[in-house]
Amino acid sequence: MNAGDIPSRQEVEDLLFSEAALLDEWRLEEWLELLCEDATYEIPPTDVPEGDSRNTLFIIADDIVRIRSRVKQLLGKAAWAENPPSRTRRLVTNVRVLGVDGEEIVVAANFAVHRMRHESVDSYIGRYDYRLVRNGQTLKIRRRRATLDNEALRPHGKISFIL
Amino acid sequence: MDKSAEAFILDDQKAGLFRVNRRVFTERECLEQERRRIFDKCWLYVGHDSEVPHAGDYRSRKVAGRPIILVRGDDNTVRVLLNTCTHRGAIVCRTKMGNARTFQCPYHAWTYSSRGQLVGVPGEDSYSDAFKRDDMGLAAPSKVETYRGFIFACFDPSAQSLYNYLAGAREYLDLVADQSEIGMKVVAGQQAYSARANWKLLVENSYDGYHGLPTHQRYFTFLADAGIQMKAGNIASRRQCAVDLGNGHAVLEYDSPWGRPIAQWAAPFGEHRKQHFEELRRKFDDRFGSERAGRICETSRNLGIFPNLVINDIMAITIRSFYPVSPDYMEVSAWALAPSEETAEDSALRLDNFLTFLGPGGFATPDDVEMLESCQRGFANREVGWSDISRGMKREHPSITDELQMRAFWRRWNQLMTEPQLKRARKAA
Repeated sequence: MNAGDIPSRQEVEDLLFSEAALLDEWRLEEWLELLCEDATYEIPPTDVPEGDSRNTLFIIADDIVRIRSRVKQLLGKAAWAENPPSRTRRLVTNVRVLGVDGEEIVVAANFAVHRMRHESVDSYIGRYDYRLVRNGQTLKIRRRRATLDNEALRPHGKISFIL
Repeated sequence: MDKSAEAFILDDQKAGLFRVNRRVFTERECLEQERRRIFDKCWLYVGHDSEVPHAGDYRSRKVAGRPIILVRGDDNTVRVLLNTCTHRGAIVCRTKMGNARTFQCPYHAWTYSSRGQLVGVPGEDSYSDAFKRDDMGLAAPSKVETYRGFIFACFDPSAQSLYNYLAGAREYLDLVADQSEIGMKVVAGQQAYSARANWKLLVENSYDGYHGLPTHQRYFTFLADAGIQMKAGNIASRRQCAVDLGNGHAVLEYDSPWGRPIAQWAAPFGEHRKQHFEELRRKFDDRFGSERAGRICETSRNLGIFPNLVINDIMAITIRSFYPVSPDYMEVSAWALAPSEETAEDSALRLDNFLTFLGPGGFATPDDVEMLESCQRGFANREVGWSDISRGMKREHPSITDELQMRAFWRRWNQLMTEPQLKRARKAA
C-alpha cells in the first residue's frame, strides 16, 4: 500500500461516526453495507481481552454469515431482548490510525455505548479495533472487535444489540 | 392471614396442581433464609480440576458470596481456601488467576503457603506464646470434594458426602466426563454476566423445554437457514425424558436437531467434516458400545444440580453457576467444557457452535435473560400471588416440555427451607 493510500484520521472518523449513527438508529441493513464480504465481529470475554476466539470462549465471534443472521433476527420480531428495541447512544472517540498491515488499515478507537431499556441505563465501555480495507473511494470494515473494559457484564446481563 | 405462615409452594399431587408463591422471588427475608438453609447447607460448585493443572496454579472467585481461592498446593492437592487474612481480614489473593508459591497479604505482609499454612508473620516475636501460627492458616469450607473433575465445597460440617449428595446426577456427570479419555477441560474465557431477576428463575429456565420454541424462535430460524430443518415435534422426538435425580437434581435428556461437536455431525459443520465425525463416533462405539456411545454423542442433556449448578450438554457443554445478590438480581458465571485431547480445529468448531446459542451475546441466552427479567417485573403485581408449575403433573411419563424437573427442584427447596421450622415446631409441641 502506498503512503498516499493511508486514510486520514478524518476519513476514518467519518466512517466510524456514520457507523455509530446507523447502529443507534437501528439502520442495520445499511450498516451491513459498510462490511466486507468476509467481515468478522468479535467481543472477547472480559477476563481474557487479548484472547483468540479459536481457543477462548468469547461473548461474540461472528463471521459474516452470523453477522447477517444477527441483523435479520434483530430486525425481526422474535429477538425478545431487543423487541421493542433498546435506545442506544454511542460515543466513539480517540480514533487513531495505527498503520497498515498488507491491504488492511489498522484503526483503534475508544467507545462508551449507553443502552437504555426498562428504566435502566447500562454503559458498555471499551476499545474498538478495526481492520479496514479500501474499496475504490470508500473504506470497508473487514474486522471489528469490541473489547470491553467492564470487568463483567454486570449488571448489563447481555449484549443483545450490535455493540 | 399471617404472611410468614403462608406456604412457599402448593403441591396437590391428587389434583395435579403445583404452584409457587411469588414471594419467594421478591422477599428479602426469603433470601436471607436461603443463604442459611440452602447455600450454607448444600454442596456448591467451585470449579474444575483443569482450571488449576499445575502446583501453585490458582483461581480466585466468589462462591456463595464468599471470596475464595481455588488452588493446587505444592503437594499437588487441590484446596479451596477462604480468601481473607486471618489477621485482620484483607483479601490475600488479589488477582483472578495465576501461579503462586505463596499468598502475601498486602496489609501487614502475613504470608501463606499454597497449602494455606501461615508461613510468615513480620515481627512474630511480638506475639505471646498463646499465639500459634499453626492455628492461623487460611480457613477452608467445612468440606471440599471432587467428582470426576468437578470440585465442590460445602459449608456444613455435617453434610453427607458429595458422592451421595449428587445421587442420580452422577450418571449424567459421567456422560459428560466420559467424553474424554484423558479428562475434560474448562476452556479459557469466562462469561461473567447477570440478570435482574431472582436466581431461581434461572434454575427453572435452564431446563425448561416448554419455552424453547416460543422464546428461541429466532434460534430455530437460524438453524433452518443453516440447513437444519426443524420438523414438527423434532425437539420432542424419539428419545426424550425428564428425570427427577433425587436431592433436588433433575435432567432433561433428548435427541436434538442441532449438531454436537462431540460426535454428531450436522450440516453447518460442513461436508468436509462428515467423515471426521464418523471416525470420532466410531471411537465412542469402541469404548462404550453403540448404545451408550449413541447416548453420549446424540442426546442433549440439560442437567440441574441443586441448588445452582447447571451443566447443559447441548450444542456444546456449558457449566453455569449463579448466586443471588438481592431477591431481584443475580450474578451468573458460565464456562465451556471440552475434551482435553480435542484438536485445535474441533475445539474452534465447538466454541463456534457454543456461541450460536449460548452466552450473553448468543442467539438465545439474551432472550432468556430478557424473559427472566420480564417475570421479575411482572411480580410487582402482588395481586397475582402464585406461579404455576403444574405442566405434565398427571402424565405417567412427563415429556421434556413438562415441568417435572422444576417440581423436583422446588420440592427439595421447600423441604430445606421449611424443615428447620417444622423441627422447631415439633420440639415446642
